[in-house]
Amino acid sequence: MTEASRPPQGPLAPSDDSLFPSAQGLEGENIAPNSVVGAVDDTHAAGLELKVRSQWSYARMRFFRHRLALIGLFGLVVIFGAGIFAGLISPYSYSEIDLNHIIQGPSLAHYFGTDALGRDQFTRVIWGIRTSMEVGVFVAVVSTFVGLVIGAVAGYYGGWLDNLLMRVTDLVLTLPLLAILLTATALLGQGNQWRVSLILVFFFWTGIARVVRGIFLSLREKEYVEAAKASGAGDARLMFRHILPNTLGPIVVNATLAVGTAILVEAALSFLNFGIKPPTPSLGVLVSDAQANPNTPTGGIAWWLTIFPGLTIVVIVLCVNFVGDGLRDALDPTQRRMRA
Amino acid sequence: MPDPVLSIKDLVVEFKTEDGIVHAVDGVSYDLFPGETLGIVGESGSGKSVSTLALLGLIPTPPGRIVRGTAMFNGRDLLKLKKKELRRVRGNDVAMVFQDPMTSLNPVLTVGSQLGEAIKTHYRDEKDDAVKKRVIDLLKLVGVPNAETRYSQYPHEFSGGMRQRAMIAMAITNSPSLLIADEPTTALDVTIQAQVLEVMKRVQKETDAATILITHDLGIVAEMCERVLVMYAGHIVESGDVSTIFRSPRHPYTIGLMNSLPKLTEDEEWLEPITGAPPSLIDLPPGCPFHPRCFLARERCTQENPPLEPVDGGAGHASACHFSEELIGRKSKFSEEAVA
Repeated sequence: MTEASRPPQGPLAPSDDSLFPSAQGLEGENIAPNSVVGAVDDTHAAGLELKVRSQWSYARMRFFRHRLALIGLFGLVVIFGAGIFAGLISPYSYSEIDLNHIIQGPSLAHYFGTDALGRDQFTRVIWGIRTSMEVGVFVAVVSTFVGLVIGAVAGYYGGWLDNLLMRVTDLVLTLPLLAILLTATALLGQGNQWRVSLILVFFFWTGIARVVRGIFLSLREKEYVEAAKASGAGDARLMFRHILPNTLGPIVVNATLAVGTAILVEAALSFLNFGIKPPTPSLGVLVSDAQANPNTPTGGIAWWLTIFPGLTIVVIVLCVNFVGDGLRDALDPTQRRMRA
Repeated sequence: MPDPVLSIKDLVVEFKTEDGIVHAVDGVSYDLFPGETLGIVGESGSGKSVSTLALLGLIPTPPGRIVRGTAMFNGRDLLKLKKKELRRVRGNDVAMVFQDPMTSLNPVLTVGSQLGEAIKTHYRDEKDDAVKKRVIDLLKLVGVPNAETRYSQYPHEFSGGMRQRAMIAMAITNSPSLLIADEPTTALDVTIQAQVLEVMKRVQKETDAATILITHDLGIVAEMCERVLVMYAGHIVESGDVSTIFRSPRHPYTIGLMNSLPKLTEDEEWLEPITGAPPSLIDLPPGCPFHPRCFLARERCTQENPPLEPVDGGAGHASACHFSEELIGRKSKFSEEAVA
């Protein structure tokens, strides 16, 4: 029989209807499953039915029990909220120069004081948060995506492709981050935040790629993958529909932690004047500026110029790490550590 | 006799390992007719699973390799199909039920969505609610109670028997004309086994799919199958009707298999094992692979491998033994039961 001469066989082709009449009859027939039906009904009657929870709701539960993670989440919401609504919160513009109020300490008019050009430091910090946040999230999202695809392909196909991709990953990992970044920015010139972000992405995808590859390597041997294969799923479907959902936990955790690291590295670069070009305020730029003008006109130390942006960096990264930690505990039930 | 659905000729499958080449399947030929249930029995490593996995291209290559053979299915040779064509066959014309229901379902997808996947893989444009209805109908057909609720549950909320029912439902989603069940009840306890076999029978009657049932349990063969193949060390050593083989087995290995089973109607102090151990598939003994363990073995058996030849026991009864005639009249332990 050839393909063409076969009767139409589809899930919903009329020929299949013969499958179902008996399905209705099943309930009444005296085959074994009825005992199970009975048992379930009894439980219902006794009100003993367990509430069915999806694994996401379990994860949510575990996350919200994690006190540090909640504190971190709260901190991030406040700080990133300030960054997002920077224009609404502050009455000043971040580039508004006021030479009458140069390097003044914190006051009610200027919460975080002013810098060497009389710009409001509070405004500059919240705009800096915005820049840092954009860099952090962009780098995390893009590098996660890149790493995910490379790791998935390497782990799923294995063999020479895996070898090639992992050697490239190794190569990127062995490059001295700071030296390359400094050279790159020196050659390309100090850039806007997107160029800096892209350079960071080039270094950040490797971690995710390795994690994802490892998971794919072990999961592709699972029986449910073979079962899906036996039911006709192609490579792409197997990779992204069947295996990928199993890797989401570690990926989310990694991506979260990458936000923190990216913010730190960006700050370091900007501090060394190889990152984001002024006048765009980024937290690293602010600390760098503070270093250039450490003293008040009267000879005191302008501590507010360093402390506020510096502290903001520390708090953001701490919060990100707390949240990442909480997510790790929530999404990986095998790593059971009791948390208060 | 109608044309066979599946006709396998001289299938040879090898695996390359560090210790040498494993001859997993060594020249297997058989036909499968529409609507028939064929049992394949044999001990672990006798090539039962490999011979069927090869049909769907599910043997990992390397190290596996299909050396030669043809498998005609609906006028096409499954072993020569391109990857893409094979994918269309899998889960659509030929479906599989795997051994371990605990690991054959993806833990992070709901059972309903996994069954729906099996449809969507082949019928991409099918509407979601039609797919859902079909899946629920299938779940009912295989005797999953509360199918609507079960649809949105995860595999960990299913018991072993329920999971295997779901796997069976998944296998028959697209009304395959060939269903391969690879030890479908091995991982289940005895009471659940009976239920699942009942479901298999029902499903087979509904879909009229030709079924290959791989097992090492002769009891299941007696209950489910019309014909049986006995495999040993990658060879078919005996084939024929189930009742014929149980009444008058004509291969020493088959006799040994039956003698090693306990009989429920008698109080047996000792069971009679087959002496020795299965041969290494890397280094098969010369001549008949069974001769080192055979009570009939003599000089000739160490030199010539006996071909599978018809014996006069019944229609289609064949045995691969030089001295099968000496077994005429030799009763198996289950002769009387087979008649009844």
